[in-house]
Amino acid sequence: MKKDKILMIIGSLGLLLLFIFPLWTITLVAPQYPEPLGMHIHINRLSDGVQFNDVNNIDLLNHYIGMALLPTEDNVKNGKVEPFAEFTIMPIIVVIMSILGIIFAIIGKRNLYLVWVVVLAILGSVGVFDFYLWLYDYGHNLDPKAVLKITDPITGELMAYQPPIFGFKQMLNFEVYSFPAAGLYIILSAALLCILAYYINTKRKTRLN
Amino acid sequence: MKRILKSTIAIIVLSMVMVACGPTTSKKGGSKGVLSGSQAERAYVAPGEHDEYYGFISGGFSGQLAVYGLPSGRLFRVIPVFSQDPEKGYGYSEETIPMLMTSHGFVPWGDSHHPDISQTNGELDGRWIFINENNTPRVARISLETFETEEIMEIPNSAGNHSSAFVTENSEYVVAGTRFGVPTPQKDIPISEYKSNFKGSLTFLKIDPENGLMNIAFQIRMPGFNFDLAHPGRGDSHGWFFFSSYNTEEASTLLEVNASQNDKDFIAAINWKKIEEYVAQGVGTMEPARYAHNVWDDHTHTATTTMEKEVLIINPEDVPGAIYFLPTPKSPHGCDVDPTGEYIIGSGKLAATITVHSFSKMLKAIEDKAFDGETYSIPIINYEAVNYGSLEQPGLGPLHTEFDTRGNGYTTFFISSEVVKWNIKDLVVIDRKPTFYSVGHLMIPGGNSRKPFDKYLVAMNKITKDRYLPTGPEACQSAQLYDISGEKMELLLDFPTIGEPHYAAGCPADLLASKSVKIFKLEDNTHPYATKSEADSKVVRKGNEVHIYMTMIRSHFSPDNIEGVKVGDKVFFHVTNLEQDFDVPHGISMLGANTSELLTMPGRTETFVWEPKEIGVWPFYCTDFCSALHQEMQGYVRVSPKGSKIPISYTIDEEVPGEDL
Repeated sequence: MKKDKILMIIGSLGLLLLFIFPLWTITLVAPQYPEPLGMHIHINRLSDGVQFNDVNNIDLLNHYIGMALLPTEDNVKNGKVEPFAEFTIMPIIVVIMSILGIIFAIIGKRNLYLVWVVVLAILGSVGVFDFYLWLYDYGHNLDPKAVLKITDPITGELMAYQPPIFGFKQMLNFEVYSFPAAGLYIILSAALLCILAYYINTKRKTRLN
Repeated sequence: MKRILKSTIAIIVLSMVMVACGPTTSKKGGSKGVLSGSQAERAYVAPGEHDEYYGFISGGFSGQLAVYGLPSGRLFRVIPVFSQDPEKGYGYSEETIPMLMTSHGFVPWGDSHHPDISQTNGELDGRWIFINENNTPRVARISLETFETEEIMEIPNSAGNHSSAFVTENSEYVVAGTRFGVPTPQKDIPISEYKSNFKGSLTFLKIDPENGLMNIAFQIRMPGFNFDLAHPGRGDSHGWFFFSSYNTEEASTLLEVNASQNDKDFIAAINWKKIEEYVAQGVGTMEPARYAHNVWDDHTHTATTTMEKEVLIINPEDVPGAIYFLPTPKSPHGCDVDPTGEYIIGSGKLAATITVHSFSKMLKAIEDKAFDGETYSIPIINYEAVNYGSLEQPGLGPLHTEFDTRGNGYTTFFISSEVVKWNIKDLVVIDRKPTFYSVGHLMIPGGNSRKPFDKYLVAMNKITKDRYLPTGPEACQSAQLYDISGEKMELLLDFPTIGEPHYAAGCPADLLASKSVKIFKLEDNTHPYATKSEADSKVVRKGNEVHIYMTMIRSHFSPDNIEGVKVGDKVFFHVTNLEQDFDVPHGISMLGANTSELLTMPGRTETFVWEPKEIGVWPFYCTDFCSALHQEMQGYVRVSPKGSKIPISYTIDEEVPGEDL
């Protein structure tokens, strides 16, 4: 099989690793949490970032500032919170992209590779933007009965608790860190493999011409 | 009376002579000033730093086991074992009450003496720590993952379980030797008929290598000597166990004189491997007995008591070749085996010498039948034939010896208040340091194994007098930390302890720290009254019993408003801590309940009983400062008169838990 096809197939199949590895990780450190709390965000679920029960423990702390419950399996099952539609949609998209990638590889047209990587980039950007919207929503849509209501010393308004999408932010006693996780690098690698496939294909074509 | 007086005078004179002849060491600090040198630094563990070793120091008459860090001497935790502990609800909660059950009923107090850590291949493995109870003879097993008591076995036909709870080098057995001779089985006879009617039982408890569960494999019915301490053989002497004894005179009154007459008492050498073989061949008699076996379960979070009904008795005459006596001067206390397993050190507590027996000489003496007769069908090995040598005049009142890896022994001297370092092979004193005062046992982490961690030595003192700020007539007892890494010992630190620091065990911190349990998983909780989510919390009446299925999570109880309870009801609070986060216990206490608080670890269910006697509205609250809203974590129970028609109702935030679903 030609090199570009192999690369394209590896990249496409690689996307399926997103069912295992998280896209993003948010980590919280506080004086009382020298061993931090962590939350992994996957395409289809949330998972404990550092140790057992982290997500539930973050959920528990969030209630002091009136933050909405997280869509954990238990919370959804007990009807306490609506499930994230994204957790249903994203797996479907990943599977479709994977299949599509393999089909394009079999066809072996370089323009199709380009189409695939552009679609992947668009989907990725939409995903990140969607993630930002959720962070904004969780940070601002606070329960008016929250026990901790703290006003911002500068603006005089009620403090919001929007976690950073990338990097570090101090939120009350917590240092919040938010960084892409293995999943995002898997997507980037798939994109790179696809671009590489495009170049190999182009080179071969030029040589033939 | 005259004889008593004479003996007393003799002892006093002897003591004076010994003290006069003994080494003179300056008191106070015991060196050129602890603070001037680097000693303080070496015992200093900076804030946030961890200690290098765990030290488990028994609480003596407190009945508990305290966990310290070494070298800092900081107290981390008191593990309740044989005594009730209202702070932790131990022996008060319905789940833990069975831990303190005995054949005599519920006993709220105990006297804990000798902790010993389990071993594999002669090295500490850090799975469990065993400890004995003296007064109501018992042996406990404590988990070194949860630092909680998991099992307590009562010892039948025993009284004053003192030579215990030492383990063999593969944790095959933990032993329990009786300090008092008693009629065995118990019977109503004149005390003066002690001789030959009173017996001293040596009990071998088999340890299940999988889960640590103990069962009494056999009990050797020895003559009514007083068995004091014991240690297992190791290396070549693995398979043997050595028990020191005093009162071979078999006196039953004024023992301080009458049990101190014989020039030599005995160390009993027991070949337990041989006895195992005899037992396998059917030797021994199953006799009726009654003793409690209490086992804790970390899934039901509940202890259960089983009354055992029989015990296998081995008489020495039935197991020829398995039991010998080694004559040892003057009421030996310590009976310690060095890391190679060759030397058996007897510390005659009234002697001015330390006796060193040789295991290889003992084997040869047995082969050559070098016996000086026998007593109660047990051969007495000729002293010269078994003795390696003696350390002459090392101090006064030797009690207990532990070892380093360099062939040295470290022995405590109660009467002359000092620790003496000496070379076993050469039988010479290398160094001596004072203790403050009247030291009993000492401990070197792993000092009872093939592999001592010989950096520190902890000496445990019975008397402190002027060492600390006075606190009324009862002064604290203390431990003292010495650095033994060099040629000379150096006193680094004094620290007060709980109760009487009777004996200790220690191990490197990294053997235990990483496997220390943080929470109990809620999904593994099989307590019959567990409430695993707030939605399931409820109150159920059954006749005059009211069962409250309550949950706790930061920072509320569910339910927290309960009505319909009546005077004369028996109210069971079955409280589950729903937290699954480390270091978030919740407590609960009820105004008017005649019991302690509960202190419930994450994922655990515990129960206390309240029998309301007065009408009214009575509060309960969280007793462990759990969170920023701990003070708000509270609730009410309304108590109506007897015969009231008010039905049971329960709510949280004005809703019935789980009803909004």
